[in-house]
Amino acid sequence: MSRRKFRAGLAALGMAAAGLAAAAESPSSLMAHYVQIAGVPVSALSAARGATFYRAEHPGRDGSKQSCATCHGASPTQTGKTRVGKAIEPLAPAANPQRFTDAAKVEKWFRRNCKDVLQRECTAQEKGDFIAWLSQAK
Amino acid sequence: MSNYLYRGIGVVATVTALSLLAFSLPSGGEARGDNGDHLMPRLDHPAWQQECSSCHIAYPPSMLPQASWRRLMSGLDNHFGDDASIDPATQADILKFLETHAADAAGNRMGRRAMKRADPKMPPLRITETRWFVHEHDEIPQATWARKSVGSAANCAACHRDAERGVFDDDSVRIPK
Repeated sequence: MSRRKFRAGLAALGMAAAGLAAAAESPSSLMAHYVQIAGVPVSALSAARGATFYRAEHPGRDGSKQSCATCHGASPTQTGKTRVGKAIEPLAPAANPQRFTDAAKVEKWFRRNCKDVLQRECTAQEKGDFIAWLSQAK
Repeated sequence: MSNYLYRGIGVVATVTALSLLAFSLPSGGEARGDNGDHLMPRLDHPAWQQECSSCHIAYPPSMLPQASWRRLMSGLDNHFGDDASIDPATQADILKFLETHAADAAGNRMGRRAMKRADPKMPPLRITETRWFVHEHDEIPQATWARKSVGSAANCAACHRDAERGVFDDDSVRIPK
């Protein structure tokens, strides 16, 4: 076996292992995590509030109106588009089962995107509501 | 008899032509055609690939000098207006990779070309601001850049259909309507 093939094999194994680790979370385990931080029961999460949150417009850094829907699209089961024009896979797990299965990835994007749209980090309650709405979106 | 001879010549000629064609096609980053100037080396760095291609293609490191990459990577919390911050370890790992393959890194053929028109005192942050990029695209009218199907000059893949694989030669360009 060539060294290159060996390295490719190792990389594939690594990715498979990362995939297994990433599958450790689910939308419901993440919701449980966020309500724990917020100090409220799971029943305190609201899908309706999540939907309103998704569509609410805020002044962005350049003053233009920004919402989650600006990039992710009007429907979370559809493909969105980055500012540069690259496709964003749907946010709703019904359309994209990879969503909300990797806590680190979820946190990374909440941190970045909340700062871009809201000019602040999102609260645990907001994150929980957001996932509650998306996980029932069909 | 002569019939067989002609057939034989025909077969040999066809095979030769086909193999020449096959070998002249861009194969994703190997230096062929255009003297290799428009085909980026195939680079394999998972963090660079994953982190930099979330919002746009992972731009080839050889399109900007080291000083540009250092400036860019030190301001990811405001990356052209977006928060693109990553954890410090991943950031350092990606910067090292970018510096190794930057336009002014040793032995970089494509980079030498990009640097020819660069002002070493002013490292640009945008590839589209480099004199090299402007020169390469000087025949593209403003109206083409403004098309909805293109969206932004940062969207290489709108026209360079194989940009994700590092292929930027003229043959692979299809400008959308």
